[in-house]
Amino acid sequence: MSAAPHDKNMVDAHTGMSTTGHEWDGIRELNTPLPRWWLWMLYATIVWAFGYMIVYPAVPLVASYTTGVFGWSSRGAVTQELAALGEQRAPMVAALSKATLPDIEKNPTLLAFARAQGKAAFGDNCAGCHGAGGGGGKGYPNLVDDEWIWGGTLDDISQTLTYGIRSTDPKARVGNMPAFGADGLLKPTEISLVADYVRSLSSLPLEGKPDLKAGAKVFEENCSACHGAEGKGMQELGAPNLTDQIWLYGSDKATIVEGLHKGRGAVMPHWGDRLDAGTIKALAVYVHTLGGGR
Amino acid sequence: MSLWNKHAIFEKNSIILVLGVLIVISIGGLVEILPLFYLKSTIEKVEGMRPYTPLELAGRNIYVREGCYNCHSQMIRALRDEVERYGHYSLASESMYDHPFQWGSKRNGPDLARVGNKYSDEWHRRHLENPRSVVPGSIMPGYPWLAKTPLQAETIAQDMKVLAIEGVPYSDAMITNASADLKAQGTDDDAGATALVERYPKAIARAYGDKGKAITEADALIAYMQMLGTLVDFKLYDGKANLR
Repeated sequence: MSAAPHDKNMVDAHTGMSTTGHEWDGIRELNTPLPRWWLWMLYATIVWAFGYMIVYPAVPLVASYTTGVFGWSSRGAVTQELAALGEQRAPMVAALSKATLPDIEKNPTLLAFARAQGKAAFGDNCAGCHGAGGGGGKGYPNLVDDEWIWGGTLDDISQTLTYGIRSTDPKARVGNMPAFGADGLLKPTEISLVADYVRSLSSLPLEGKPDLKAGAKVFEENCSACHGAEGKGMQELGAPNLTDQIWLYGSDKATIVEGLHKGRGAVMPHWGDRLDAGTIKALAVYVHTLGGGR
Repeated sequence: MSLWNKHAIFEKNSIILVLGVLIVISIGGLVEILPLFYLKSTIEKVEGMRPYTPLELAGRNIYVREGCYNCHSQMIRALRDEVERYGHYSLASESMYDHPFQWGSKRNGPDLARVGNKYSDEWHRRHLENPRSVVPGSIMPGYPWLAKTPLQAETIAQDMKVLAIEGVPYSDAMITNASADLKAQGTDDDAGATALVERYPKAIARAYGDKGKAITEADALIAYMQMLGTLVDFKLYDGKANLR
């Protein structure tokens, strides 16, 4: 600030406007008023704020707060919206939860509803593991094919969804592939023999000339209890069919040996606590119609 | 000088300006912050909340260290689409033992407030190693070193002591047994699991990583994520009781 005298009433000759009295090297600052439109908007927002305080919850009091003329609250609003949503879906959900599979297949509206709701729920909850289209991945079963580890009927799928597989739910589906190598149940040579035998079951090319008869004997003694004498699997135990071309972890010998050595026991979470019964039914129908539902 | 020109007093005297600013901020604080400490609706208590177990706390420390909160929120807002996607909206008391809280302010990835039990441990291991291996369109960076780094948790009891000063109800028994509890929760056949669950209800002891191997940073992080949002049983929670 210069040492110029503070003369607030000094008027700028060019603009005819008063100055602030500040002077820098002979240049004076105009005391331009705020634009009227801006000022009036400011006043309008202040008035608006008082209206807002009356309509919406605003002012804290000693034990509670002013709730506003409509008693609006974010929790109340979301509860209402969800109730409205539930009401909107209610007739279809009620029809769906009662319907059997043939009923649903015969009723195009119901099927379309179940598929639409199932698809949305699948994207939110299942796609992370089973892929956006249900194609699965290593360790996560393909839901589009017609092979089912734990059964592909609508009830089987609902059961798997509700209680999960090896999940923390007490009613979860259980059944583990034992760690034959790590727990010392089989010697490495036996594991190699049985791995070759298992590959031969689904007609995969074998390296060298493995002793399939010895492998078959190991299989009969250790594997057939769950996977069946012919290796066709057993859905009650979640033991996969070993004779088809579908491999959850991979069909190369190293992967099969790894499974025999470390065991397998992939976890599917239980959704019964997280999703309501209607959503689970819709999901089951959706998964069932993806490809190979039984 | 008319009333409309009084602002000049503040603009010309820095001390008066500072005092004015302080008064305005104090009013804001008194009106917006103070009531949160006494209003019933903001300090509701719910059944089921407990402090983090030592392993979960160690995992939480890694969550903070790696800056997960930069892309993941832990706050399901009371909006229909969020409740439809993530589950029940978050309650303030669900983060009552979080110091600092992990609400986040940005969602490059999904909200994690209720990610517990949503995926398998194996999924989390693979996802941390390389997110694209399970979610092809993911933009999350991989954290492959977590599964290779043994968990350094010698100071976990001290962490708990500090949190106790901040008001987290860690008992002396919890702090004394911190290391034992940590080991018991991270392995699937430890005799200490029963004592762990007595001290921390709903704690789940299992091998979060490879069986028989030392507990890694990834194991601790997975243990933390698998319990997020699982403590409050919303079948018992009465949301209407809090609509005031």
